[in-house]
Amino acid sequence: MSNKYEVVIGLEVHAELNTKTKIFCSCENRFGAGVNSLCCPVCMAMPGTLPTLNEQVVEKAIKMGHALGCKINGTTKQDRKHYFYPDLTKAYQISQFDVPLCEDGHLDILVGDELRTIGITRIHIEEDAGKLIHDDGRDDTLCDYNRCGVPLIEIVSEPDLRSAEEAKAYLETITTILLYLGVSDAKMQEGSVRCDVNVSLRPVGAKEFGTRCEMKNVNSFGAVYRAICYEAERQEKVLDAGGVINQETRRWDDPKGESILMRSKEDAQDYRYFPDPDLLTFIVSDERIAALKAMVPELPTARTLRYVSDYQLSRDDASLLSLNKARADFFDSCVELGGCEPKLISNWIIGDIAKLLNERRIEIADTALTPEHLVGMVKLISNGTISNTAAKTVLEEIIEKDIEPETVVKEKGLAQINDSSALEAVVDKVLAANEKAIADYKSGKTNVLGFLVGQCMRESKGQGNPNTLRDMVTGAIEKL
Amino acid sequence: MKELHQYSATELSALLREEKVSATEIAKASLARIAAVEPTVDAYLTVTEEKALANAAAIDAKIAAGEELGALAGIPIAIKDNICTKNVKTTCASKMLGDFVPPYEATVMERLNKAGVVLTGKVNMDEFAMGGSCENSFFKATKNPWDPTRVPGGSSGGSAAAVAACEVPFSLGSDTGGSVRCPASFCGIVGLKPTYGAVSRYGVVAFASSLDQIGPMARTVDDVELLFSTICGRDPRDATSHQYTYEKAARDLKGLRVGLPKEYFGEGITAEVKAAVLKGVKQLEALGASVVEISLPSTDYALSAYYIISSAEASSNLARYDGVKYGYSGRRDAGLDELYLTSRSEGFGPEVQRRIMLGTYVLSSGYYDAYYKRAKRLQQMIAAEFTEAFTKCDIIATPVTPTTAFKLGERCADPVQMYAGDICTVTVNIAGLPGLAMPCGYDAGGLPIGMQLIGPKFSENRLIAVAKSYETAVGGFAVKEM
Repeated sequence: MSNKYEVVIGLEVHAELNTKTKIFCSCENRFGAGVNSLCCPVCMAMPGTLPTLNEQVVEKAIKMGHALGCKINGTTKQDRKHYFYPDLTKAYQISQFDVPLCEDGHLDILVGDELRTIGITRIHIEEDAGKLIHDDGRDDTLCDYNRCGVPLIEIVSEPDLRSAEEAKAYLETITTILLYLGVSDAKMQEGSVRCDVNVSLRPVGAKEFGTRCEMKNVNSFGAVYRAICYEAERQEKVLDAGGVINQETRRWDDPKGESILMRSKEDAQDYRYFPDPDLLTFIVSDERIAALKAMVPELPTARTLRYVSDYQLSRDDASLLSLNKARADFFDSCVELGGCEPKLISNWIIGDIAKLLNERRIEIADTALTPEHLVGMVKLISNGTISNTAAKTVLEEIIEKDIEPETVVKEKGLAQINDSSALEAVVDKVLAANEKAIADYKSGKTNVLGFLVGQCMRESKGQGNPNTLRDMVTGAIEKL
Repeated sequence: MKELHQYSATELSALLREEKVSATEIAKASLARIAAVEPTVDAYLTVTEEKALANAAAIDAKIAAGEELGALAGIPIAIKDNICTKNVKTTCASKMLGDFVPPYEATVMERLNKAGVVLTGKVNMDEFAMGGSCENSFFKATKNPWDPTRVPGGSSGGSAAAVAACEVPFSLGSDTGGSVRCPASFCGIVGLKPTYGAVSRYGVVAFASSLDQIGPMARTVDDVELLFSTICGRDPRDATSHQYTYEKAARDLKGLRVGLPKEYFGEGITAEVKAAVLKGVKQLEALGASVVEISLPSTDYALSAYYIISSAEASSNLARYDGVKYGYSGRRDAGLDELYLTSRSEGFGPEVQRRIMLGTYVLSSGYYDAYYKRAKRLQQMIAAEFTEAFTKCDIIATPVTPTTAFKLGERCADPVQMYAGDICTVTVNIAGLPGLAMPCGYDAGGLPIGMQLIGPKFSENRLIAVAKSYETAVGGFAVKEM
């Protein structure tokens, strides 16, 4: 894309809330169950059935509203949005029209080194529709209604985003916050977070917005990036050719890497919104709203900035650490215990611990690891009791069972040998077996030193202090 | 001698408890009466004979075992065919739901079953409760037991006719703009439209959600009271239902102020109807009540507001009948639009289609403010006028319908004339109030005329007490011999 135009982007993010039951009936809210196994007369829109609002939905949505600095409308209502489609059992979706539960907020995002504040227009609650299955083996379409009535929040941003990178960062921050608040599983691959993207172009420096196009079905962070790049280029070509952009809705086809026209403005649907007479105005008390606000934790962007300023972590490390609330909480607990460098703790958490957790597909809470034990282990490294290599063995032990790192060191004999007299035999043995390496070293290839120290570490079963060994090896070669 | 099918529910209940009659005998008498008069009345769409006899036998077994009986044990009942009955066809008198068998009970049915009622079947109505004559049924027109060449009123025409013809002592109808009270009036029985929220709507097939209420119909006030007290009260499955328990009110009319709104006695109401209602009011005065002239000036706009709001909600509520999940399905081999088009234009009758179109129009962008929003404002005005009126009087008395039962087919060609028949009843739904219809006289042709009593929200007990005093004073309401 050339630098003639500025891209203006707004996102509508739909996030499924992780309530126990659906929004208007008592069916279980769960992903991956057998086709049409989580349905009842209410979510199937059988004649005569009525919706009743799951209050958990309201609470979770309000939490998200607080996290995004929104004004909360304690008195609000639900409206019917009408359209015919086989995945929508009632032929209307219960949503919110003119009085959303939350409005007028903002979200801070980090894009590279820049901190950007993106306006949040509104967050409203609504129900999800079912899924249509277009089976290749048949010429008709099948309906799975399990998802009908799964609660959603729709988070609408202001057109404040200016690049595909920003849009991606915005979406990543939104999903991280959803996880922080525990209100959604936020799994894009399972469709629990979905995104519609509005894109328009305007000449650089212009005040007025250009005509926007909406892209639907943008369902991964990568897809958001690709769809915006594609759409910006498409619009630029049209404008450069002297054409005009038509307001239209397009469907993003990620595998093909292109968007397809769904409908133009003239065919825009008239949703005939009106207040749902089956559901009364609902009121959330000021006390409850305040209580929900108190439950909102420090958010990832603020946390990242704090880690950088207070602990001198790198921006990347701080972001990575803040991405996972449980791990960041763990980090904070470790730092609070004191006695070791926050940077070292961070390295262990985003390095070896993250690797162990990922391998086992578990979270830090699923392990026996405590902040006390991790801090204890790092202290043992710092004071020279164990080597980094031995620490990895210690870590694997203390992640498995509730045991003091010192005990592991003792039981496994992992204590570092700092006494050179105890290491002489090791050094002698290694040097005797590596005449070629010694020759290389003497001829100036000093990088074989690492190899020789490594051999010594191995020979000492990881217990030798590498610094001591290094000194001993160089000293011994000099003497030869 | 009085035959078993002629007894009221209250009487049957006493006979059963005294073991002078068995539930099976009661059920058989009801089924025999149905067999005898149905060829003339055509009230039933489904007769649940086997189920009724089995349920009656179960009640008899309970009696034999000395077990406690529910309040309505062994009493036959007919249910309007828009109230869902588990495993019993519920058609809404529509081709659209012609084969629909609900896998669930309406909340009212659960309460009735618990009380031991014996369901004899499902009765006819105007399709999806849209109509005032019962002629909009896809299946058949029900006839008025007082004159089978005339309509029974609607939309709960089957519920009214079944009771008036003594097929059952009582029945349930539903009332969105007068659908319990109009047929009660045409068929000379008692019908109650409860306060909005007094009875759960869960399981009643929605027509206009903000106006619909299920209501009891019977030949005596006691039976209406018995049925109402069984079905009313909060239901967690209906967010619009209220915490409410029925308590009997004193039957003394002394000091009762009866309001007569002049707008309900104007043009369009026949002289015979006016005279009969005013005579009924005289009777209330004789019992100790006083009469107050009142005015409800927005009444003139009520019909417009009613048809806008009810049609808007209907267009939304009936959108789910798309031929995909259940009910009538049109062409499935020519694409989605064709499936929708054929399912809905073949599955719905002309009156239902008319209301869907009207409702879709008033909710559409550009017209919403001019129609729906203004109608909702009128609704508030009408409700406020009633509130104001109830500072001057305790209950309001009006006609139920402008005329007595008309001839079958007479108004079918003119929907607007048909709509005008709702003039005295729609305001009650719009304001969410209770309204009770009871007989108060006859026209020159001997057809029953009804009087409507309207009270403040949740004053059903007062309406029932007044109606009971009136009924006693006039020596009971006449039953047409058939």
